[in-house]
Amino acid sequence: MEKPDLTALFLHLMALWFIAVGGPSAILPEIHRYVVHVQHLLTSEQFAEIYTLAQVAPGPNVMYVTLMGWYLAGWKGVVATTIPLVIPALTLTMIVGHLNERYPNARFGRAVRRGVTPITIGLMFAGASVLARAVNHDWRGYLLTFATTAVVLRKTLNPLWFLGAGAVAGILGLV
Amino acid sequence: MESTDSCRRVTKLALFRSFSRITLSSFGGALFWTRRELVERQRWLTDREFVELLTVSQLLPGPNVVNLTVMVGHRFGGFGGAAVGLAGSLGWPCLVVIGMGVLYRHFGELPLAQQALAGMSKVAAGLLLATVIKLAMVLPRHWRPWLFGILAFAGVGILRWPLLWIVAALAPVAVLAAWKEVD
Repeated sequence: MEKPDLTALFLHLMALWFIAVGGPSAILPEIHRYVVHVQHLLTSEQFAEIYTLAQVAPGPNVMYVTLMGWYLAGWKGVVATTIPLVIPALTLTMIVGHLNERYPNARFGRAVRRGVTPITIGLMFAGASVLARAVNHDWRGYLLTFATTAVVLRKTLNPLWFLGAGAVAGILGLV
Repeated sequence: MESTDSCRRVTKLALFRSFSRITLSSFGGALFWTRRELVERQRWLTDREFVELLTVSQLLPGPNVVNLTVMVGHRFGGFGGAAVGLAGSLGWPCLVVIGMGVLYRHFGELPLAQQALAGMSKVAAGLLLATVIKLAMVLPRHWRPWLFGILAFAGVGILRWPLLWIVAALAPVAVLAAWKEVD
């Protein structure tokens, strides 16, 4: 593992969060590309494991970036990865929240919403596909991934049940 | 529907406690718990106000939960309210994931932990895929949005080009095309 350039990571994340319409899943593939392929800080498997661990924790799913920061560089890493989460919210949210209360039906706002939504969804699909390819090496893995998707689409259950079942399947050596 | 007095001030401690409670209850999705606390338990917002704030928070860049926390905190406690809301909402999960980071460093290489993580990570990928499919259902049955979605997917997910390029290239065209549809 190389020594992480925390300043570069901080600035890159900050820029990403400012354009991350659609939330954390939309920039997941870009964080993966940057950390795994550009900076070589983690392997693809490590990235996927860190993402998975954070899904088990309470709170917003986005905390995987905090866990990644901790893993890379301890407390300094936590600061470098977590501060960028809140800066866009603190600035843009207050400005836009104010404007939106004043002009809820502005044509520009509606055009942005309608135009950008499909791009966001495409990016989130990219995130899911990058993650699926990082964790799966054979057909049994893909089977578990797609079976999970199929069940979740039909049943509303706490995701922890699925993660627990996955852990058991892994320990038993089924996947 | 009864309306809440959205101008009233709420103490910083109350904001901190509410957002702490929400975040510590939210395993795998905060939406259910957020509505329950803000609308049903505290009655700070009506359902309608909650949905409006939620929509804005989803359209803004950044994590939805963070955006919603900032807006609600700001509305009831000004800038300080937004700050304590965030502290409650992100502080605890931060400590929990750091605890997990410590465990992962020490035990992550053990075979049993590796096997469990391998199984869980395949499930996590499936959970994310299901969420995205559910969201994709809101797209209109029309070729144009799907084209933009597929281009974004191909550029970032398959070609692995930088996200900033893709968004800078696609977003202006997509907004312009949508501009003609909304009037």
